[in-house]
Amino acid sequence: MADLNVGDAIPELKVTPDKYLPHRYAGASGDFNPIHIDPELAKAVGLPGTILHGLYMMGLVARAATDLAGGEPKALKRLSVQFRGMGAPETEIAVTGTVKEAGDGTVTVDVVAAQGENQTIRNAEAEVVVG
Amino acid sequence: MTVKTEAVGREWPATTYEVGKEKIGEYARVVGLDNPVYFDREAARAAGYRDVVAPPMFAVVYSSPAVGPAMLDPDVGMNFAAMVHGGQEFEWNEPACSGDEITTTAKCLDISEKDGKGFYVFETNAVNQNGDLVARGTWTLIVRGV
Repeated sequence: MADLNVGDAIPELKVTPDKYLPHRYAGASGDFNPIHIDPELAKAVGLPGTILHGLYMMGLVARAATDLAGGEPKALKRLSVQFRGMGAPETEIAVTGTVKEAGDGTVTVDVVAAQGENQTIRNAEAEVVVG
Repeated sequence: MTVKTEAVGREWPATTYEVGKEKIGEYARVVGLDNPVYFDREAARAAGYRDVVAPPMFAVVYSSPAVGPAMLDPDVGMNFAAMVHGGQEFEWNEPACSGDEITTTAKCLDISEKDGKGFYVFETNAVNQNGDLVARGTWTLIVRGV
C-alpha cells in the first residue's frame, strides 16, 4: 500500500464518458431525469445539451478514493461532495486530490473533479482506510 | 415567497431493495470499476465478502427509492424545475452484498432559505436484513428563486 502523507497528491483518474454514458448510468442507477438523456429537452431548458449525472461523477470520485486502497470497496468509509458545475459527456473528467489528514491507517483526501477549468465537484472529502 | 418548513423532522415510509448480482455488475461497469469482487462470487468470497459486493456509491441505487417520495412530497414543496443537487454525503458501514435486503428510511433534516435559494436536506438510513447499518446518506438539494 502506498505510503500517503499530508500534502501528497493522489494518483489522477482520467475518464472521458462517451455520448451514451448518461443513458447507461440512468439504467444502472434508475435516474432517468430527461436532462441527462434527451438533448432536445436539455436544450429547451437552457442547457447546452445533455449533462452528466452528478452522482455518476461522484461515482468516479469514489473510484479514485477506493483506488488508494487497491480498489477495495470497504476501505471507503465516508465521502462528501459539493456539486458546483455541470458535466458534459464526450469531455475528459480529471479527478485529483490531496491528502489533508493521515494517521492510524486512514487518510482524508480533499478531492476535485473537473472538466478543464470547470470544477464539477469541489470541496469533496473522502475518508479511506489504507493501512 | 418563503420556503415551507412544516416537513422538517418528518420521516417517510421505508422502502426495501433486494441487491442483485447483475445489477451490481451493471453499475460497476458504467463507473469503470474492474475489481472482480463486483462481478465474481468466488473472488468476492476470497476477499472476505459474503457475496458479490456493491460498490460504495451503489448506495444511491438502494436509497433513492426512499428519498424520492420525500423530495416529491407537497409539504416539502420543492420546485423541481429550479432544483439542483447541491451536495451529497455517504458514510458506509456494513458492505451491501448480492442477496441482501436493504431497508431505507428517509427523513427531512432541514429546510432553510438564504440569498433567495431554498436548501432542502434529507437523510437516508439503510440497514440490511440483519439490522446492521449499511449506509447513511445526506442529500442536499438547492432550489433557486424561492
